[in-house]
Amino acid sequence: MAPRQSIVGIDSPEALERALRAAYYLADEGVATAAYLALALGKPLLLEGAPGVGKTECAKAIAAVLARRLIRLQCYEGIDASAALYEWNYPRQMLAIRQAGEQAIDIYGEAFLIERPMLAVLRAPDSTVLLIDEIDRSDQEFEAFLLEFLSDFQISIPERGTLRAVERPVVVLTSNRTRDLHEALRRRCVYHWIDYPAADREARIVMMRASTVAEATAKAVVAAVGKLRREPVSKAPGIAESVDWAEAATLLNKGGARWPEAFRRSIGVALKDEEDLAYVRPRLDAILAEATA
Amino acid sequence: MSEAGEIPRAARAFVDFVALLRANGFAVAPEQTTSYLAAIWLLGPRSLEDIGQAGLATLAPPPERRAVYDALFCVHFLGGEALGGEADSDETLKVQEEQAGQEEPLTADEINQSGQAASRSEAVVERRFNQANGADALRRLSREAARRLPLRRGHRRMRARRGPFADLRRALRESARNDGEMLRLSRLRRRPKPRKLLLLIDVSGSMKQRTDENLELAHALTQAAPLVETFTFGTRLTRVTRALRLKRREQALRAAGGIVSDWDGGTRIGDALQAFLAVPRFAGYARGAAVIVISDGLERGDVAAMRDAASKLSRRAWRFDWLTPLATSRAFTPQTAGLSAIRPFVDEMAAGGTSAAIVAHILSLRTRRAA
Repeated sequence: MAPRQSIVGIDSPEALERALRAAYYLADEGVATAAYLALALGKPLLLEGAPGVGKTECAKAIAAVLARRLIRLQCYEGIDASAALYEWNYPRQMLAIRQAGEQAIDIYGEAFLIERPMLAVLRAPDSTVLLIDEIDRSDQEFEAFLLEFLSDFQISIPERGTLRAVERPVVVLTSNRTRDLHEALRRRCVYHWIDYPAADREARIVMMRASTVAEATAKAVVAAVGKLRREPVSKAPGIAESVDWAEAATLLNKGGARWPEAFRRSIGVALKDEEDLAYVRPRLDAILAEATA
Repeated sequence: MSEAGEIPRAARAFVDFVALLRANGFAVAPEQTTSYLAAIWLLGPRSLEDIGQAGLATLAPPPERRAVYDALFCVHFLGGEALGGEADSDETLKVQEEQAGQEEPLTADEINQSGQAASRSEAVVERRFNQANGADALRRLSREAARRLPLRRGHRRMRARRGPFADLRRALRESARNDGEMLRLSRLRRRPKPRKLLLLIDVSGSMKQRTDENLELAHALTQAAPLVETFTFGTRLTRVTRALRLKRREQALRAAGGIVSDWDGGTRIGDALQAFLAVPRFAGYARGAAVIVISDGLERGDVAAMRDAASKLSRRAWRFDWLTPLATSRAFTPQTAGLSAIRPFVDEMAAGGTSAAIVAHILSLRTRRAA
């Protein structure tokens, strides 16, 4: 298939970046370029990165920009075709057989087919975005099965024949990299590794996401979170945690808590592991003092 | 692009860049090259940055080799003009070539700070392996692994005489065959799957006698079971799984010997385990796995770090067993500070003095309950 030249008037990574910003997603240059290329080349977009850097949000923003419905397929260990593709409504088919009595009946009609995410996207490629979330959680068999779907965008249902998408659907895959994805899968996609954003961009994200937060608070939170990420904690706070922390601290501050105190009391929304908390607590004052300075 | 001679001159540089990447160990498929060219054309390209971004997106260099990719990019497109690029990138390349075979351990090394401090005194030696001892035990392992290694409940279903789920698909087909009458209802149950196994092997000086055999055992286990991860630790933490996946034993052990650099040195068990847990990808290997540590637990570092790591590991793992050559009987009570500290977190502290004992323990895991 030939590359699509433009998608709803988006003809450069910068245009896409602006559109994403309007959808409340601040993309850096790398994300915008990769997403633009994926859209223009008609290839799936594979986003990898630590938990909480905004991979899923990116897919949601892309769907918003294209004004399409986002269909999400959450992967898990043991996910199989009946959860991802389609399933027959067996109880209904059985009832239909009994009711029909002597008459002939097509039990593989449309009414008996339960659509799952991948089939739904295949049938309406121009109005949907497929998000295959946390692909690293699925097992290798599912990954291999996905390979077929992502290269040809077709599905065969034995009872009904092969179904092919009329145009290439927009597909976004995300992975936390808990295991290596197969090379063949990476090869078929446009790839981007999302890193934690730079401090000033993260501060802008915090302010965009939480409108009540003042700029100074956002900057302080981002600085503190940046330090926490360098500590050997088992779960480093992501962007969502920064936003929550800034919001929680602002809330406490409005309730009368003073500044460093408000941060300290709401640390639970940023670090969600008892051991991490115990580890960081003795040094928290120093971290906060430095961050609010 | 049917013949090499037909590549337009303007595209030549990009195709050459791909060739350079391949020469440096990056896996780039032909279709990725095509995408790369298409992407450059799509982006303009307006600047060198566009060319770089297009490469990152379509050629998909793995994140841990990003620095090498950037260096190659500089060398290829900016030539010698890059500021100090010549010397710099050369050095990066040399490191990377060593890395290509040895992959992850460097990351873990960086985190293992106290290990680094100790690395001045550590014995960095290459190792030669003796002929196999305990060969009988290894043969038993390969023979019985499929039947005796631990399982977990999978998500997929299989047909069974009795089971908690009705097989509706089959029921429909059969009832259609019988004019809508359902004569019997087949059942389904969950298909069991092999459980992950994680081996952490002590290669320090105090375990010297056992190291060769332990690695041979790890190799046999890796060959016999699908989901085995192996790490060695002494003053560093090293992932040797990939090396052990090589089929021939001598070859695999030679490869492992090339990666591990802290043979027969000191022990920093706590720091090594902490380093293991600090890398999310590694820590993920422990989740729901049968974790087996083969070590005498003679800790030179801080016992608190060891206790802390053991408690974390035990919560992540399905089972956490510590095999030590010091234990000879079932009623073993640890005497050393290290082993006493971790005893509460370990499901079982069993004998690890011979290959036969270790194999017997591993093969008994299926019949044991998660503790």
